[in-house]
Amino acid sequence: MSHFLTPIFAPGFFDSEAVRIAIGVGALVAVVTGVVGVFTVLRGQSFAGEALGDIGTTGGSGAFLLGVGPLWGFVAINVVAAAAMELIGIQRPRGRDLATGIVLGAGIGLAALFLYLDTTYNNTTGAAVTILFGSVFAISSSTVPLIAGLSLLVLALMLTLYRPLLLSSVSAEMAAARGIPVRLIGACYLLALALATALAAITIGTILSTALLVGPAASALRLTKRPLAAMLTAVGIGVAVMWAGIVLAYDSYDWPPAGHGWPVSFFVVTLVFVLYLLSGLGELRNRRRSTATPDTPEMPPAPVSLMVSGVES
Amino acid sequence: MSDAGTSVSENILEVQEVDVRLSARKILDGVSFKIAPGEFTGLIGSNGAGKTTLFRVILGLQAPSAGSVYFGGPGERSIGYVPQKFLLDPDLPMRARDLVGLGLDAHRLGVPRPSRTRSARVEEMLDAVDARGFADTRVGRLSGGEQQRILIAHALIGRPRLLLLDEPLANLDLRSAHEVVALLARITREQGIAVLISAHEINPLLGVMDRIVYLAGGRAASGSTEEVVRADVLSELYGHHVDVLNVHGRVLIVAGAGEDSDLTGHEVAFPQVGVVS
Amino acid sequence: MFSGFMVNAWTVASIVAVVAGIVGFFTVLRGSAFAAHAIPNGSFAGAAGASLIGVSTLLGLGVFALAGALTIGLLGRRGRHDVATALALVMMLGLGALFLSFSEEYAPAVYSLLFGEVLGIASNEIVPTAILGLLCIAAIAVLYRPLMLSSVLPEVGEAHGISRFRMEMLFLVVLALATAMTVPVVGTLLIFSLMIGAPAAARSFTDRPLPAMALSVAFALAIMWIAIAASYETNYPVGFFVGMISAAAYGLGRGWAAWDPGRRRGTGTSGTTPAASATTTPLPS
Repeated sequence: MSHFLTPIFAPGFFDSEAVRIAIGVGALVAVVTGVVGVFTVLRGQSFAGEALGDIGTTGGSGAFLLGVGPLWGFVAINVVAAAAMELIGIQRPRGRDLATGIVLGAGIGLAALFLYLDTTYNNTTGAAVTILFGSVFAISSSTVPLIAGLSLLVLALMLTLYRPLLLSSVSAEMAAARGIPVRLIGACYLLALALATALAAITIGTILSTALLVGPAASALRLTKRPLAAMLTAVGIGVAVMWAGIVLAYDSYDWPPAGHGWPVSFFVVTLVFVLYLLSGLGELRNRRRSTATPDTPEMPPAPVSLMVSGVES
Repeated sequence: MSDAGTSVSENILEVQEVDVRLSARKILDGVSFKIAPGEFTGLIGSNGAGKTTLFRVILGLQAPSAGSVYFGGPGERSIGYVPQKFLLDPDLPMRARDLVGLGLDAHRLGVPRPSRTRSARVEEMLDAVDARGFADTRVGRLSGGEQQRILIAHALIGRPRLLLLDEPLANLDLRSAHEVVALLARITREQGIAVLISAHEINPLLGVMDRIVYLAGGRAASGSTEEVVRADVLSELYGHHVDVLNVHGRVLIVAGAGEDSDLTGHEVAFPQVGVVS
Repeated sequence: MFSGFMVNAWTVASIVAVVAGIVGFFTVLRGSAFAAHAIPNGSFAGAAGASLIGVSTLLGLGVFALAGALTIGLLGRRGRHDVATALALVMMLGLGALFLSFSEEYAPAVYSLLFGEVLGIASNEIVPTAILGLLCIAAIAVLYRPLMLSSVLPEVGEAHGISRFRMEMLFLVVLALATAMTVPVVGTLLIFSLMIGAPAAARSFTDRPLPAMALSVAFALAIMWIAIAASYETNYPVGFFVGMISAAAYGLGRGWAAWDPGRRRGTGTSGTTPAASATTTPLPS
């Protein structure tokens, strides 16, 4: 490729198949998490997203033990966990943090065991790192169809659910009054969340996956209140951050302290954070018109107000 | 910052020209009133009138944009406070009597040491609010009314000079409201404690108040009930015509023709109906 | 099981359990689940960085834990699930991963920081751990009464002259110290289990605050001791046992609470509406 690109893209970037897969998968996953993430933030369910991310550790390490790819583990356990959340009723905040944390603790404990067994019996070192911090460069081409399939599934689900989900996220009562099966919609959304988190986990790891889910979406929602615009912005931010992370990680192979490059997930998570901070500058414009009191710490978070076109209120 | 120094007067509390501004809005506008020792004062105003904000200023939780709050009299300022909203976890490992006991010495460092005087005071307070029956139940498992009584006991056990209650009658049926008011009046009279109780419904307090501070549109009128609860005073306060009707000793405050909105943009809640029981 | 290097393990683990039981009691009381999750994340980066530059892990843990605690406290959301803090703390995890990736010992280091490594406790770590532990216990003992009230009814506490903000900051600092000394033993991912499981279980068995705290310590000790013994016997990681047994203890507590017939005694004499009506609003959790 042309010379002027070399400072940005280290030699061999475009030739490496691992990189091409990473770029493709990364972009696809960023699209999925951008879309699902906006709803997660709107519904105030970032907590559920985090929990699903963490519990993925158990599934991933279990999958490793069984000699299966971690993605299967992530998907399986996330779906089961999402179903459990739905049945128990994730909506009630009382004691939710406690109970979920305890269950997660058991899950993480189990993951510790699986990983230990893995190192002892299968002699796979680095499983912990792969699961927890991701392995976007290590995705085999045989996994790509699965990733693509899951991504399309989630996007199709979100497309179908778009309007009823939007309405029930803004006002469950209004949605119910219009005959929308709020509970069913919520359950479908949780399924999408489970899959989205699993996808995020193979790129940047289970415990970091929240960043990709919540960060771009939260930044987008600070910049615009229109849901469609927010989703597009979130996707844009997510893809940009993913690609930048991949490029930087590849370039960093030559950086000190020499050896094996800096982790992609580090770049992604840091960039997400930085962009979130920057989005706060955009929000400052809106803040001056707000009448929120800084002196009322007891107030629950204001529901994210939306300009929802086409939805009567 | 509000200047909570001691003033020369013997009033327990003096609020002087307090303004609270929020962007362009004036939540409180030149509010002034005094509370003498042992006086039972009702702070009346509809929802959104600024009652809780005024309480926060008095408690020092919020600095007024202008004006000041003085606490008078000898000794350290001690205020008992019963908030309007609170949430007690049903799993909280604390009995009603533990919470009441905490009212005595929460500000002291260290772990409480059981003493006979302490237990006696707690028993005394539990009796006063008629809470003996559920003293050993977890606070979080009590009904709202029971919790409120425990909070009152907690607030009073330290013998404060001023008791502040934020809308304690808000969700009570009329009979319970009267009961709570009677309870408060009795205890505070016995111990010479001044009371400032906020409410949006004036009638349960009518027989008991020594003074009334009526809040509307951020402005206040204070004085005796006869002085304040009058059509001319309230009309001036609200900024539009208000009628005050007396029905068998109950007061009915009714808006004139058309609705007005005060500075907050909320509609002033009309009418305030006193039901003849 | 009780000789040689295991003595270190038993000693440190016991100290850690006592502190976890006491500090955890208030963590549950205050609903500081977020802080309890987030602070260890931050300290993960500290430990990783410390091992990189050859400084004591405990120091790295402590410094970053304190920084994390102060950040949470000063952003003033009372340990709420705030996007900025959540992202910042995830970034800390990423930073830790970066630091660890610089070292040769990437995988095992990650594992032991996240899941704990009680059997690798050196004797020179016992004294610092004990000192930190004593500091935490002393702080809680001294702050007991005001912290109690401020945690349960913060506004009423203010009326008593107890600054809610000050209590929050002090508690977060204690939580940070407790975290720093607990991480080497159970790992950053499992601190939450130990610190929450024991007190959450304890509150099901008693109505009173001090006995609940004592029971919380007892449960934490039991969890820790069983975990160590089991780990010694099976060679499985301590964190596995801590996670599972904490969950079991919590489940036991919930089961007891549901079954115990003496849940509610005494009836109110006034005809008021039950709690959780419109007079109450959920506190930030």
